[in-house]
Amino acid sequence: MKLLKYFLFGIFFGMVLSQGEIISWYRIQEMFRFQSFHMFGVIGSAIATGIILLQITKKFGIKNIDGKPVEVVPKKKRYPANFLGGLIFGLGWAMTGACPGPIYILIGNGFGIMMVVLMSAIFGALLFGMINKILPE
Amino acid sequence: MDNQIFEPLPWYIAGPAIAITMFGLLRLGGRLGISSAFDTVCSMAGAGKFFPYFNFKWKEEMWNVVFISGTIAGGFISLRFFNSDHLVNISEKTITDLGNLGIIHSAHLLPVELFNWNNLLTPKGLILMVGGGICVGFGTRYAGGCTSGHAISGLADLQLPSLVAVLGFFAGGLLMSHFLLPLILNL
Repeated sequence: MKLLKYFLFGIFFGMVLSQGEIISWYRIQEMFRFQSFHMFGVIGSAIATGIILLQITKKFGIKNIDGKPVEVVPKKKRYPANFLGGLIFGLGWAMTGACPGPIYILIGNGFGIMMVVLMSAIFGALLFGMINKILPE
Repeated sequence: MDNQIFEPLPWYIAGPAIAITMFGLLRLGGRLGISSAFDTVCSMAGAGKFFPYFNFKWKEEMWNVVFISGTIAGGFISLRFFNSDHLVNISEKTITDLGNLGIIHSAHLLPVELFNWNNLLTPKGLILMVGGGICVGFGTRYAGGCTSGHAISGLADLQLPSLVAVLGFFAGGLLMSHFLLPLILNL
């Protein structure tokens, strides 16, 4: 039952990102050229709504269905890694026009060629797991 | 229908809908973090035997694989019933800029003249699809998250590492769009 709910949230998320054109390569190019408000509006209003929801959650101690407090697990404070990894991802985001979510959603939209991007991304993660010990944290 | 322009779902609906998805996943005991599933796939394939980074209980992450499968289904539903693959209504300035780089604004979500199977083994195609994909996988895991984990979940929770990561995302994106992409497209 729980897995079905995850699946339904996935369908919702996939439809929102498709209909909002957030999965479009052109929209990503437009965003990095600051030539439209659309993507900034989407990301900005998502963050703003998220802040409100999480603040309400904290205030009222809202719990998840397992009875544990709802919280975003704190991200590890590894600032050089956060920035350098972010920079490498940013290069890939502007090349492929897709962050990880949209890669999958584009496959659903019939772009089988994005399977290549997906396989490459999984290979990139494998590469990271192979050499992560020698990278600056 | 080929060249029909649809208005996108407005940002003030799409943004909050993304936040509601994040909150829904948290309520279910999960989280919105799509790039971590790359690790799950590596772990599932047995990479944990060789590299400790992938040595975790991937079965506990299956909910995320189910969620992601749902996003693919959502994309398919959008394509079949809501015409999601259409001419995207980007600004005139972007159309001109991309035109100067030789990219025609075609009636699709992405430029199919670049992203196609015949192009895969050309220098341009290899760099954009394979190189770009590797950067997405490597970079998101190094940074500890992608747009969903850092930009949406992390910033909504006011976490500093996420702000640093998002600054990195934009540094990389600006560098690529303004300086490197023109060079790659000239190959």
